Amino acid sequence: MLYFIGLGLYDEKDISIKGIEAIKAADIVYAEFYTAKLFGTTISSIKDMMGVNIKVLGRAEVEGENIPIKDADKMNVAFLCAGDPLIATTHSDMMIEAKKRGIETMIVHSSSILSAAPGLAGLQAYKFGKVTTIPFPEENYFPHSPYMVIKANMDINAHTLVLLDIKVDGNRYMNANQGLEYLLKVEDEMGENLILEDTLAVVIARAGSQNPVIRADKIRKLIDEDFGGPLHSLIIPSDLHFMEAEYLVLVGGAPEEILE
Amino acid sequence: MIAKIKELMYQPPFIRNIGIVAHIDHGKTTLSDNLLAGAGMISAELAGDQLYLDFDVQERERGITIDAANVSMVHKYKDDEYLINLIDTPGHVDFGGDVTRAMRAVDGAVVVVCAVEGIMPQTETVLRQALKEKVRPVLFINKVDRLINELKLSADELQERFIKIIANGNKLIKSMAPEEFRKDWLAKVDDGSVAFGSAYHNWAINVPIMQKTGITFKDIYEHCREEKQKELAEKVPIHNVLLGMVVEHLPSPEIAQKYRVPHIWSGDIESEEGQGMINTDPDAPLAAMVTDVSIDKHAGEIATGRVYGGTIEKGTEIYFVGSMGKARTQQVGVYMGPERINTDKVPAGNIVAITGARNALAGETLTNYGRKIDAFEGLEHISEPVVTVAVEAKSTKDLPKLIEVLRQVGKEDPTVKVEINEETGEHLISGMGELHLEIIAYRIDEKGVEIETSEPIVVYRETIAGKAGPVEGKSPNKHNRFYIVIEPLERSVYDAIQEGTIKEGRVKGKELVAKFIEHGLEKQEARRVWDVYHRCLFLNMTRGIQYLDEIKELLMDGFESAMYDGPIAREKVTGIKIKLMDAKIHEDAVHRGPAQVLPAIRRAIYGSMMMANPTILEPIQKVFINVPQDYMGASTREMQNRRGQIGNMTQEGDMVTVESKVPVAEMFGFAGDIRSAAEGRCLWSTENAGFEKLPTELQKKIIREIRERKGLSSEPYGPDHYIG
Ligand SMILES: Nc1nc2c(ncn2[C@@H]2O[C@H](COP(=O)(O)OP(=O)(O)OP(=O)(O)O)[C@@H](O)[C@H]2O)c(=O)[nH]1
Ligand SMILES: [Mg+2]
Repeated sequence: MLYFIGLGLYDEKDISIKGIEAIKAADIVYAEFYTAKLFGTTISSIKDMMGVNIKVLGRAEVEGENIPIKDADKMNVAFLCAGDPLIATTHSDMMIEAKKRGIETMIVHSSSILSAAPGLAGLQAYKFGKVTTIPFPEENYFPHSPYMVIKANMDINAHTLVLLDIKVDGNRYMNANQGLEYLLKVEDEMGENLILEDTLAVVIARAGSQNPVIRADKIRKLIDEDFGGPLHSLIIPSDLHFMEAEYLVLVGGAPEEILE
Repeated sequence: MIAKIKELMYQPPFIRNIGIVAHIDHGKTTLSDNLLAGAGMISAELAGDQLYLDFDVQERERGITIDAANVSMVHKYKDDEYLINLIDTPGHVDFGGDVTRAMRAVDGAVVVVCAVEGIMPQTETVLRQALKEKVRPVLFINKVDRLINELKLSADELQERFIKIIANGNKLIKSMAPEEFRKDWLAKVDDGSVAFGSAYHNWAINVPIMQKTGITFKDIYEHCREEKQKELAEKVPIHNVLLGMVVEHLPSPEIAQKYRVPHIWSGDIESEEGQGMINTDPDAPLAAMVTDVSIDKHAGEIATGRVYGGTIEKGTEIYFVGSMGKARTQQVGVYMGPERINTDKVPAGNIVAITGARNALAGETLTNYGRKIDAFEGLEHISEPVVTVAVEAKSTKDLPKLIEVLRQVGKEDPTVKVEINEETGEHLISGMGELHLEIIAYRIDEKGVEIETSEPIVVYRETIAGKAGPVEGKSPNKHNRFYIVIEPLERSVYDAIQEGTIKEGRVKGKELVAKFIEHGLEKQEARRVWDVYHRCLFLNMTRGIQYLDEIKELLMDGFESAMYDGPIAREKVTGIKIKLMDAKIHEDAVHRGPAQVLPAIRRAIYGSMMMANPTILEPIQKVFINVPQDYMGASTREMQNRRGQIGNMTQEGDMVTVESKVPVAEMFGFAGDIRSAAEGRCLWSTENAGFEKLPTELQKKIIREIRERKGLSSEPYGPDHYIG
């Protein structure tokens, strides 16, 4: 048996009771924190709360050596990761592999940034288009596709949830300011008049915590604001429903002109 | 003299920039020395026999030139004085990089050919290097005294010999000269673009001078026979005849730059700097190219180069176009043998020595600080390093110094490849041959670091003998997949890259398409080449795949890194063609970044190579041995013992020339062994002959040896390791 268990958004308390039960039922518990990380807690407090030992695996151990799958051939394995286990990760590959080997599987959901961010921002989930992630630029890699996704969404009048790259190994988490700068830089190169200093954007920081930040404003204003520690995400809204606009003004401090 | 040089520097029609090039030992340095002495730059006692220009200790000890030497002199021809900037180049193949670089600095070349040996492979190589740079050649047939006194040829035979050498030389010029000069640049006896003589005995003659002086072949013959060459040297002194030939037949910078600049510089000719170069204008923006860097104990880094446009001045800021660095020139001047003479300014059309151009490398384009100009074409040397040694500092206190010295050595000689390993302290130096590495080791010692060197090892190459594919390579997250087909690269394309007709690098624009087709690539493929690297091609055969454009550069990075470091034994890969047939790419940019794409394409390439009959290639040399007949047997045996294949054998009098092809791996220690086999009565030279398949029975053994030396598992991984 292989359990995919979501740890949710922020701390050790975001896991579901079903998740805890599955952990207790498992012979061995693995976790990966390379796709995302819980900022409100530490590995040891997760262990303490669950009362079990958890072995944290690196990318090579999960994707290269297939450790959880290999073990699941002979025993009950719990595999933990942040968020909802098969959303915004590439773990569907493990699910496929498990099916091929005839291993029984179960998914235990938890909250994901994909639902939390629209919710916090008061934007209607129905109105979102494709999700995109801005990667840290690397040598020979500065993709324009996040910008193109926003453009395609705008064309069908859909909001865009923009996730920001995290490199757990290098302890680098892209903040909202860097994400906005990235988009402005692509704008410079593409010149489509899509992301301008006057464009409205929403910053979500530390979703799932006691005090999440929700800030809506023109990019000009946001770009130098300090939103505190990670994780951050962005939303680039398209045309707003009046309820959405009112929410952003009241909750996110957006300029009142968006109500017009 | 300095005053005269300073004056002539500003008169391009009265300048000649020339190189002296030849096969090893054909007499370049003896000639250069005597030209210098004739021009009054050094005393006659220092010249010729003394090999004044081979002033380095190693050069003296070994009797060969190692570093190109720059000299300037003034020569009076008819009623005018001319400034001759001359570069004496080395003839040994291991130092051929110096010739490549010198050819960028000059407009003309005196090709010296030993009358006894005739046109040799290295003669062909240096001619090719010159003509590739649109440098005009003239011929000097040297060592004529030996034909008469040693080979005992008659006056008639003498002439026949000359005709043969000239015909062979012209055949080469005709086949390699730039289209527009194919006729004009042939060496012609009648107009005096060929001379004959003896650099050693300081005389030379050509047909126009024969006509003027009434000296005949018969006279020459007699003078030599009767040991009256001194008289000849008085009647027809070599510097007069040769420098006259240089002035008459080799172009001035003013003339040469008009056709050379568009050839070596791809910028806009109509621009200010373009016109400055075309017109050899000292007032234009500075446009110069560094062709050599040496490190002087006192003055530090000295950069030598050619000024094509503008003027380089002492105490000004110059900008390095390639590396985007800058430096302030401390001194600028010209060369006179080992000495540099400061002149404060050096204008367009001259060869300059710059002190204080810190961190400039050979190949760098220089301009005034604050300007932007296009770079000159790169200076790729045709041969690549084939031998490596590991070096270590004898004493641990020298560890940091050794690294610094190794970096210097790499700067001074761009054909050396230095791999620094700070962790183990065992660094690798690769060079063109055993001698090259010996010299480098010596120079490291000379710079004050005592080192221990390993036995030399040969550099191998990896390739494939079969085809494979489509083979799938997956990214670590399995969400990206690339499908490739792999096959050996067409030989004709390989050769064209080797010869530089097709340039290596990522393909931009459509310029190369016609060239690929011309050299035998199919039309559909020619249009789809993304990258040329290590004589391997990477082609994109897919159409309309979303996001492929965003990861194109990463795929090329992955391809290049795989070609740099092959799957058989982590040697470089060469001669393969990789076609990307299909790609499946994740929707989100973070799930298809370098961490995913690079391993995915590398796995596809490695996996497919291991399915396509992976093969190791070894470097080969041609060896030419000239021995008395009695030693021929001993010499051919020596070659056969070294896995050598004997080729042509030619006999001349009592001497036999044996040509053979021998793996470089078997050539270590050859110098000593052939000396004893032929009891010292043997002349020999080598020529790099590329890479050939290592014999099947040795493949396994050598692969294991390389892998174990590198600390790898003794067997290479099979395809499953990469694509499972
Ligand atoms: N008899 C005779 N010997 C010559 C003549 N020219 C050069 N030599 C000898 O040939 C040998 C090689 O001469 P170098 O001037 O060193 O030849 P090189 O071409 O500079 O050699 P590398 O720079 O090592 O390629 C020396 O021993 C010279 O004395 C000549 O005209 N006649
Ligand atoms: Mg020499």
